[in-house]
Amino acid sequence: MSTVIYQKDENQIVHFMLDRPDSTVNLLDWRFCEDFKTAVGKLSHEVFKGVIIRSSKSTFFAGGDIDTLYKATINDAESVYQLTMQVKQAFRVLETLGKPVVACINGSALGGGFETALACTARIAVNKKTTKLGFPEVTLGLLPGAGGVTRMVRHLGVQAALPFLAEGRLLSPENALKLKLVDSLVDSESELTDAAIHYILNNPGAVQPWDDKDFKLPGGAPNSPKLAPLLVAAPAAMRQKTRGNLPAPEAILAAVVEGASVDFATASKIESRYFVALVTGQVSKNLINTFWYQKNAIGNGMNRPNCDKKIFHKVGVLGAGMMGGGIAYSAATKGIDVVLKDVSLENAEKGKDYSRRILDKKVQNGHLDQNQAEAILARIQATDSVEQLNDCELVVEAVYEDRALKEKVTQEAEAVLTGSAVFGSNTSTLPISGLASASKRPKNFIGIHFFSPVDKMPLIEIICGEETSEQTLAKAYDFSLQLGKTPIVVNDSRGFFTSRVFSCFVKEGVKMLRETCAAEIENAAWEDGFPVGPLAVLDEVSLSLFDKISTQTQRDFEAQGQSFVIDAADEVVKKMLELERAGRVTGAGFYQYESNGKKRLWPKLKQHFNPDDNSLPYQDIKDRLLYIMSLETVKCLDEKVLRSVGDANIGSVMGIGFPQWTGGALQFINSVGIKAFTVRATELSTRYGERFMPCETLRKMADNAEQF
Amino acid sequence: MSEAFIFDAIRTPRGIGKAKGALHEVKPITLLANLLNNLKDRNSLQTEQVDDIVIGCVSPVGEQGADIAKTAALYAGWHNDVAGVQLNRFCGSGLEAVNLAAMKVRSGWEHLVVAGGVESMSRVPIMSDGGPWAQDPETSMKTDFIPQGVGADLIATLDGYARDELDAFATRSHQLATAAWDRRAFENSVIPVRDRNGMVILARDELIREETTVESLSQLKPSFSKLASLGFEQVAKKKYPQIEALNHIHHAGNSSGIVDGAAAVLIGSEQASKEQNLEPRARIISTALVGADPTIMLTGPAPAARKALGIAGLSIDDIDLFEVNEAFAAVVLRFMNELHVPIEKVNVNGGAIAMGHPLGATGAMILGTLVDELHARNLKRGLATLCIGGGMGIAAIVEKV
Repeated sequence: MSTVIYQKDENQIVHFMLDRPDSTVNLLDWRFCEDFKTAVGKLSHEVFKGVIIRSSKSTFFAGGDIDTLYKATINDAESVYQLTMQVKQAFRVLETLGKPVVACINGSALGGGFETALACTARIAVNKKTTKLGFPEVTLGLLPGAGGVTRMVRHLGVQAALPFLAEGRLLSPENALKLKLVDSLVDSESELTDAAIHYILNNPGAVQPWDDKDFKLPGGAPNSPKLAPLLVAAPAAMRQKTRGNLPAPEAILAAVVEGASVDFATASKIESRYFVALVTGQVSKNLINTFWYQKNAIGNGMNRPNCDKKIFHKVGVLGAGMMGGGIAYSAATKGIDVVLKDVSLENAEKGKDYSRRILDKKVQNGHLDQNQAEAILARIQATDSVEQLNDCELVVEAVYEDRALKEKVTQEAEAVLTGSAVFGSNTSTLPISGLASASKRPKNFIGIHFFSPVDKMPLIEIICGEETSEQTLAKAYDFSLQLGKTPIVVNDSRGFFTSRVFSCFVKEGVKMLRETCAAEIENAAWEDGFPVGPLAVLDEVSLSLFDKISTQTQRDFEAQGQSFVIDAADEVVKKMLELERAGRVTGAGFYQYESNGKKRLWPKLKQHFNPDDNSLPYQDIKDRLLYIMSLETVKCLDEKVLRSVGDANIGSVMGIGFPQWTGGALQFINSVGIKAFTVRATELSTRYGERFMPCETLRKMADNAEQF
Repeated sequence: MSEAFIFDAIRTPRGIGKAKGALHEVKPITLLANLLNNLKDRNSLQTEQVDDIVIGCVSPVGEQGADIAKTAALYAGWHNDVAGVQLNRFCGSGLEAVNLAAMKVRSGWEHLVVAGGVESMSRVPIMSDGGPWAQDPETSMKTDFIPQGVGADLIATLDGYARDELDAFATRSHQLATAAWDRRAFENSVIPVRDRNGMVILARDELIREETTVESLSQLKPSFSKLASLGFEQVAKKKYPQIEALNHIHHAGNSSGIVDGAAAVLIGSEQASKEQNLEPRARIISTALVGADPTIMLTGPAPAARKALGIAGLSIDDIDLFEVNEAFAAVVLRFMNELHVPIEKVNVNGGAIAMGHPLGATGAMILGTLVDELHARNLKRGLATLCIGGGMGIAAIVEKV
């Protein structure tokens, strides 16, 4: 069966019906390529007025076949190149027929799908809000290699095309119409084919803009006086975004500029060659592994026990601080009623104000209308009365990290909750099983760890206590997905997975203050791809909180008869606190905060912590931050704190800022190569301490050439 | 081995490199050809005896394109036997032309060569020739390209120079250039630019401002902070991670000026000296080129000087006068710090901050100034050096004859 069904109607119009068998979507792969070529080939001995390309699926075309691309190695370079070139040659024949070719865009057309549409001489789309058009390739480390770069540049010009290619910005049909990427819109799918037929009958000749002999590149050629000076800064601006770690946006910039300087056919080759380099390169593998396969697995319920699906209608949030307010907002925007409870009505209202502020801003920016905003806000019921929780299906406590307080609110809530209600704790550091011991229903008790700011951070870390039931886990999982967030599931341990690994990053950075200049630590983190340097982040978290957690841990250790070793990071923090530099809140930390809102590293850090002006090889600084986190992640997997590799990768990137290009803390090890990683870690351990020594698991995996 | 003598070194005055500048009306070909004829006349040259004309030009496109050296020889009416070549070593082009001429002569294969340079920056703006380093994204990203001004601020940040220091140095340049003109130090070597009727268009360097003070310079805004913020600062930090933020202290007043101008230097062997009755004024005793980090870009002069000293078997103290091109104030300050050269020996008649930097010609200009000043002060040796785009440095050491 063909993926492209060829039909001719009574108007002498040929229809290519894109209909990939046994699939809900159309995909661009070798099979499509061959079928499409065949269909285009048939036209050469056909009498016809035009061509309509339409889809039998609910979307127009989902894009390239990720499986094929993910498997491609450098040995497949020729094959990948040929795939793109042959598709493009067929597109080229089609668009130079001199006859109208109309794409009927019934639903989303992404990647290779939008490229197919752009190879038509006209596009008509159904005006649906759910329809997305554009090129998400860059998010998986790729570029649009089937003519997307070449045609977008010729439609929009170098500058205007870049955001859609290098940032993967998607378009609604209306916005595509404004940019003339779509020729017209229809209101419903039933009008689509007729509109296309009508168009063809009324527009017998067709020439693509770039094939018109008077064609001039919109916005000018790269060497034009207008564009040339802008392009001098463009690479630096691009690298500021990629930090030199993400080859796809950089390759897109290069392919855009190089392609804009030559004719269409040459530009197509340049595009394909850059595409092949990205497909066969390591970073696209990292991104596809984690943000395609592993993330999809989570969305498909990989870690969810097979229990009935739960849809939540009403939840409670205890503690209306920044976290509680954020959780309430996230739930209310998804249509869930929220009881937001604090010790006083005034506090609870303050927590509700958090949502009000965000919603007001959205209304101001035109992202939301006033009625919608009010409806969301009305779902949040601020209260100081615990009784209001009685019909909540799930309660999340987000009170201070104080064991006694958490125990108290647990018991208060449980007194009014129904027997089936889930009690979730948003603790980031306190072991769940310990907290659950205060619960009368430990089976219903679970950790639901949100990240701050809740409305922006996409991750939820679900923590199972010793007695947490499968049902409770499934419900917490469903709740997370209902909030539009990505849940990872971990087992109980101090700091769970994310806080534990994150603290390694912070501590490693702080330790290095004694070994090298502070700016190098922050710059190394930036270059690695971390969102914020370890010193800056600790200033935000506050050094006193760090010290408090450390002291609490020490007490807990001692209570259990274990020894606790104060390390260099603890010492630096204690010294900073003595110097009254507790972080941003106090106006002074590792940074000094100026009245104009700017900050600079405190010049006396060197005097206090590195008076001898020691320095480290820069690569070591960069590696120590990444390696220490990956090593700790392996330990979490060993200790079964982590249940899956995918959770480790997703959790590290989406929760604690592990650099995206690595594909996560375990995929980073894969991408370095397990053997090379263990060699380097061993080297770091001889220079900087035992903590870098690769564990047994890693050494075995290296010997057996295994991968995470 | 044959000696490479300098018989003469002349230049045009430097005109402000904008439409309002006096030399904007003069085509680059005219600027250079008239200077060549002046060289011919004052040395009574038989032009057929000249083996080659080597001309530096950094934007060799349009009016400066297609081998302007040979075209200028033709325009000037020189003998058809004379060859000409244009070269581009960015800001070092003028000195490269001199050094190459010296090498030709010392090889014994040529005996009389005109070296020099031309750049009409008002008519053919800097970067007119494009080039992949700045304009091809792949090359730019691969090689950590940053604009030179950001490199200058990087030097200033790394070395901890204060804005005042740079401005004081810039002020000195204007004062010394003014003083040099006042005592007629340039009179013999700066040839007024005349129109086709013999009327003077420009006789004196146009950019010098006698009234410049540290105070007046303090009003100027930094030139490179905006460029840096577009992303070049991060590129700089990739190479120099010890920097938290760049200190933007270079501005139009403590960087070299954009100007129009040309220079010509007559270089030849003993044989040429005898045959053409030319009197040697100096000999070129060593030349050197180095590469350095391309991102900071402007640190080449010190290693180039060291290399030239090594070739000549001399130490830094053997040099009596230095000409270090004032591309940016920090470049000269770094040179002096790195080689422990007292400021009294450096750019004693001012430099490109006061008089301007006509890219292709400057190297030949400062070499001429150096030879003149060795004679004026009756000193023995001088060293000329320039920082160069792409992270290069060039130097030449001359000895008074």
